Amino acid sequence: MKAAVIVFPGSNREGDMARALEQATGKKPAMLWHADHELPAGTDLVVLPGGFSYGDYLRCGAIAGRAAIMDAVRAHAERGGLVLGVCNGFQILCESGLLPGVLMRNANLRFVCKMQHLRVERDDTAFTRRYAKGQVIEACIAHGEGNYEADDATIERLEGEGLVAFRYCDETGVVGGAANPNGSRNDIAGIYSPNRNVLGLMPHPENLIDPLVGGIDGRTLFESLANAA
Amino acid sequence: MKARVVVTLKNGVLDPQGKAIEGALKSLGVEGVESVRQGKVFDVELAGADADAARAQLSAACEKLLANTVIENYKIDL
Repeated sequence: MKAAVIVFPGSNREGDMARALEQATGKKPAMLWHADHELPAGTDLVVLPGGFSYGDYLRCGAIAGRAAIMDAVRAHAERGGLVLGVCNGFQILCESGLLPGVLMRNANLRFVCKMQHLRVERDDTAFTRRYAKGQVIEACIAHGEGNYEADDATIERLEGEGLVAFRYCDETGVVGGAANPNGSRNDIAGIYSPNRNVLGLMPHPENLIDPLVGGIDGRTLFESLANAA
Repeated sequence: MKARVVVTLKNGVLDPQGKAIEGALKSLGVEGVESVRQGKVFDVELAGADADAARAQLSAACEKLLANTVIENYKIDL
């Protein structure tokens, strides 16, 4: 598994992401600057980390979504290459058109920073094969714009084609209601592209990879990826 | 040439910021406010003087960057 992490001005989770990738794959990922035009040869996985690219100016992820490197990321995704976007990375994937929909201001207008439970919707993708379908996992969330919205036709397609990756739930796995931290449609925390090679999610699996910080539920995602290629 | 681009949320898209501003206006005693929707204004200075060309350039700018047409509409004033 050869991974590359894209760093934009204002990214701030790239260090955590690199640590999680190295822990799972045994190799340091390549760190790429947004103005680069090419991915290193043989890249299996491209990761867009969290942060506040371009200070969230205009719309979250809007300017980063049009950065030079994104053409290479798009081509990589079209070839079936793996792409992971976390938090601001998810916003960038939506803004770049690699995933549908948009992440709007949290319905309660508050920045939410807390531990959150998620339900794993499927366990047959490169990102989740080490989880079990329906498994309830813990993840950290830290965002002000995580309220996933799309038009009815898109939501219907995501649901119909099984492209919802994770949903917000409570500790017993009950989805929705007070367990939804941001107002996302259908309690969506993360979605796949139609071929399930692109995943965007608001929660931060890279922040729960060591018992020292309270859990290792996020590590499984990176272990799944390490064994995917 | 000076131009103004106004980007607003499409009808039906929830606008929590607009709602919060609406609530604040009501609590300030500003009467008669039925609803508030928040948007963005871009004042753009263009090199050319041709209105049709300017409109085409600004449409491209909106489609590519200024507006997210999943949730937003845009209006160009020259």
